[in-house]
Amino acid sequence: MIVETGHFALVLALAVAVLQAILPAWGAHVRDERLMAVGPPAAVTQLVLVVGAFLALTYAYVVSDFSVENVYLNSHSAKPLLYRISGVWGNHEGSMLLWVLMLALFGAAVAVFGHRLPQTLRANVLAVQGAVAVAFMLFILLTSNPFSRLAPAPAEGLGLNPILQDPALAFHPPFLYAGYVGFSIAFAFAIAALIEGRVDAAWARWVRPWTLAAWMMLTLGISMGSWWAYYELGWGGWWFWDPVENASFMPWLAGTALLHSAVVMEKREALKIWTLLLAILTFSLSLMGAFLVRSGVLTSVHAFAVDPARGVFILGILVLFIGGALALFALRVGELRQGGLFAPISREGSLVLNNLLLTTACATVLVGTLYPLALEALTGDKISVGSPYFNMTFGPLMLPLLVALPFGPFLAWKRGDLVAAAQRLWLAAVTTLLVTMAVYAVVHRGPWLAPLGIALGVWVMTGSLAELASRSKLGQAPLPESWRRLKGLPRSAFGTAVAHFGVGMMVVGIIGTSAYQSERILVMKPGDQAEIAGYTLTFKGAAPQRGPNYREEVGVFEVTRDGQPVTSLMPSKRLYDAPPQPTTEAGIHVSWRGDLYAVLGDAQSNTEGGYAVRLYFNPLVRLIWLGAVVMFLGGLLSLSDRRLRVGAPKRARMQTSPMPAE
Amino acid sequence: MKLVLRWFLIPILLLTSAVALAVEPDEVLSDPALEARARALSAELRCLVCQNQSIDDSNAPLARDLRILVRERIAAGDTDEQVKRFLVERYGSFVLLKPPFDARTLLLWLTPLVVLIGAGVFLVRYIRASGTVPAENSRALTKEEEEKLRALLAEEKFQKSAET
Repeated sequence: MIVETGHFALVLALAVAVLQAILPAWGAHVRDERLMAVGPPAAVTQLVLVVGAFLALTYAYVVSDFSVENVYLNSHSAKPLLYRISGVWGNHEGSMLLWVLMLALFGAAVAVFGHRLPQTLRANVLAVQGAVAVAFMLFILLTSNPFSRLAPAPAEGLGLNPILQDPALAFHPPFLYAGYVGFSIAFAFAIAALIEGRVDAAWARWVRPWTLAAWMMLTLGISMGSWWAYYELGWGGWWFWDPVENASFMPWLAGTALLHSAVVMEKREALKIWTLLLAILTFSLSLMGAFLVRSGVLTSVHAFAVDPARGVFILGILVLFIGGALALFALRVGELRQGGLFAPISREGSLVLNNLLLTTACATVLVGTLYPLALEALTGDKISVGSPYFNMTFGPLMLPLLVALPFGPFLAWKRGDLVAAAQRLWLAAVTTLLVTMAVYAVVHRGPWLAPLGIALGVWVMTGSLAELASRSKLGQAPLPESWRRLKGLPRSAFGTAVAHFGVGMMVVGIIGTSAYQSERILVMKPGDQAEIAGYTLTFKGAAPQRGPNYREEVGVFEVTRDGQPVTSLMPSKRLYDAPPQPTTEAGIHVSWRGDLYAVLGDAQSNTEGGYAVRLYFNPLVRLIWLGAVVMFLGGLLSLSDRRLRVGAPKRARMQTSPMPAE
Repeated sequence: MKLVLRWFLIPILLLTSAVALAVEPDEVLSDPALEARARALSAELRCLVCQNQSIDDSNAPLARDLRILVRERIAAGDTDEQVKRFLVERYGSFVLLKPPFDARTLLLWLTPLVVLIGAGVFLVRYIRASGTVPAENSRALTKEEEEKLRALLAEEKFQKSAET
C-alpha cells in the first residue's frame, strides 16, 4: 500500500510539475500576477510529493519488501541498515528518483528563498525548473519505474553489489547528483534571462550562490568517488579517466569556469553573453553525463542499440533542453548588450584566461570521452582513448592555469599592474623556490620534473596566503592593525583564498603520489618480512572471519619503523553471501608522509601458507582529498558572505536560513 | 555517476576472476629494468574486455595473459615499439590507450590545440575591439562632433603650452 502511495505521489508530482512549467511562464508573458504566483507553492508541493515517493521506496527497502521488483533486484534482508537505505539509489531506477528529488529540492529552495527576485524572473526560473522535472519524471514513470510489483513475491532479494556496500559510496551519489542538478538552477536562470531579454549584474549576483552550492556538492561528490576507488579497488589509483568519471568531471570544469565568469559579470557587467552560454553548457554537460551513464552507450554502441528505450528517451530530453536552450540563445544573443571595458592585464583578463583554459580542458575531456563512440558509430573502427591521452592533453592546459592563478587576485579591475602583482608575490615565489630546492636535495628518484610539479602546488598555496597577507597589510602595518584588517576582510575573500589553497594542496598530492609511489609485489609466508619506504612489514598469517553478510580472509601485518612498532595492517579478501562476489579491502596506515597500503591476494598453492601480497607507499596522497575538502570549505565561506545576499534590509531574517538566498 | 561504472563493470571483472591483484608475483620479471619497462608499457595497453582499463590495472584473465605476453616479448629483446606493433597487429589499435596520430584521430588530437588557439585569438580580438570602441553607444562620431573634439583638443594644447 505504501509503495502504491509512493507511485501515486510521483504521478501527482508530475501533474504539479506540468502546472509549474506552464502557468508561471505564461503569467510572466502576459504579466498576470496570479498566474505567476502559482510557481512557488507548486514547487513546494512538488517537493513534498517527491519526498513522499522517495520515502515510500526507502520504506520498501528498509523493511525488505521483495514484492517490489526494484527491492528484490537490489537488496537483501541480511544487509546492514545503512546499505539497505543506500541501496535505494544504488540502482538505475532509484538513482533517477534521487535525481528528481534533488531537482525538486533546488526548485523549492528557489521558491522559498527567492522571494526578493523580480517576479517575472522567479516565475520563469521556476517554470524552467518545472519543465526539467517533467522530463525526468516522465522518464521514470515510462521507462524506469521503481515501484512495479512482482507476483508472487520472492522470499529473498538478490542483494546489492558488494562493491557498493561502503560508507563513502553510500553518500557519493547524493552529493554528485546535488551537484549535477544544482547546475539546473543556473540553467533555469539563464533561460529566464534569455526569455526576458534582460541580464545584468544583479542576475549574476542571484545566480552565483546557487552555482557555488552546486559546485561544492559536485567537488565533494567527485572526490568521494575517487577516495572510494582508491581504497576499495585495491590498486592504489585514485583517478582513471574512465568515461563515467569524465561524465562528472566535465560539468565540474564548466561549473568552475562559470563561477569565475559570473564574478566578472557581477562586478563589471562584462562577459554577459559568455556567462549565459556557460550556464547553459554546464547543465547540458550534466544532462549529457546522465545520458552517457544511463543509456549504456559507454559499454558499447551495440549495447545501446539493443535496448534503446531508456537511452533514446534521455537523448530526447538532451536534444530538447540543450537544443532549445541554444536556439533561444542564438535568437536572443543580439539583444544583449555587453558592458565593461578592460585591458588584457586586469582582473577581468585573468578570469578570462581562467575561462579559456578551463573551457579548453573541458572540450578536451569531452572529445576524448566521445571520440571512440563517435568513431565507432560512424566508421565501425574501434579505438581506445585512455589516461595517456588525457595526461598528455589535460596536464599541459593546467600548467599555465596554475602558474597564473596567484596573480589573478592581485590584479586590479579594468587595468592591472603585473609588475606590482609580482612584487607582492615575491615571498610566495621565494618560498616556492626554497621548497623546490629542498625537494631536489632530499629526493633522488622519480621523474626529474616532479619537483617542479610540487613547486607549482606550493606556488598556488603560498600565493593564496600572500593574497590574505597583502590585503591585511601583514608586515607593512603593525600586527594589531593587520589583525583588524584581516578580520574586516569579507568572507568571500577568505573563500577565494581557501579554495585556491585547496587547489594547491591537491596539486601537491597528485604530483607527490604519482611521481613517488613505491610498490612491491611479492609472495609472503607467515613470518616473512618486507621493507617499503622505511617501514618493515611482518606477515603474521591469514585467518578466516565472519561479517554480517560476508565471509572474509584477514591477513595480519605488523608494521615497524626503525624498530619501533607503528601499527598493524589487516587487509582482507571478502566473499559476500548475496550476490556471491569477492571484494578486496585494503589495509591502510595513514601518516603525514603518506599512506602505507597493503592488499592481500590469493593463497599460493606452491608455497605453504604463502599469499600474494601487494604493498604500496603513496606519498602525500591524502592531500588530494583534503584539498577537495578545503575547496569545499572555501566555497562554504564564500557562500556565507553576506554580500552575496542582495537586499540588505531583510538581512536579519536571511541569516537564520540554511540555504543561500537568491 | 562513477557508481554505475562500478555497478556494471566490476561484477564482470570480478566474476571472470577470483584474483584480487592485477600484476601477480609470479609474473614479475627478475630484471628490475625490464620489469619497469613492462609496467610502463602495460599502463598504455588496454585490457580488451574491460572498460577503459589498462592491463596493468586489470585483474581479468585476459589482462594477465597480455601482461605475460608483453613480458615475454620484452625478455626476448623487443623494443617498446616492437611490442606495441606486435599487439596492434594482433588486436588492432583498440589495444592502445593512447591512440596513434593518424587520419582517423586527427580531430581527437588537434581539438585541444584548435580550441585553445581559436578561442584565444577570438578573445584577443574581442578585448582589443572593446578597448578601442566604447561598448555602449558604439557609433562613430558625426562630422560636427569631430570638429568639436578637434577644437577642444586644440584648446587644451594651447592652455598647456600657455602654462609652461
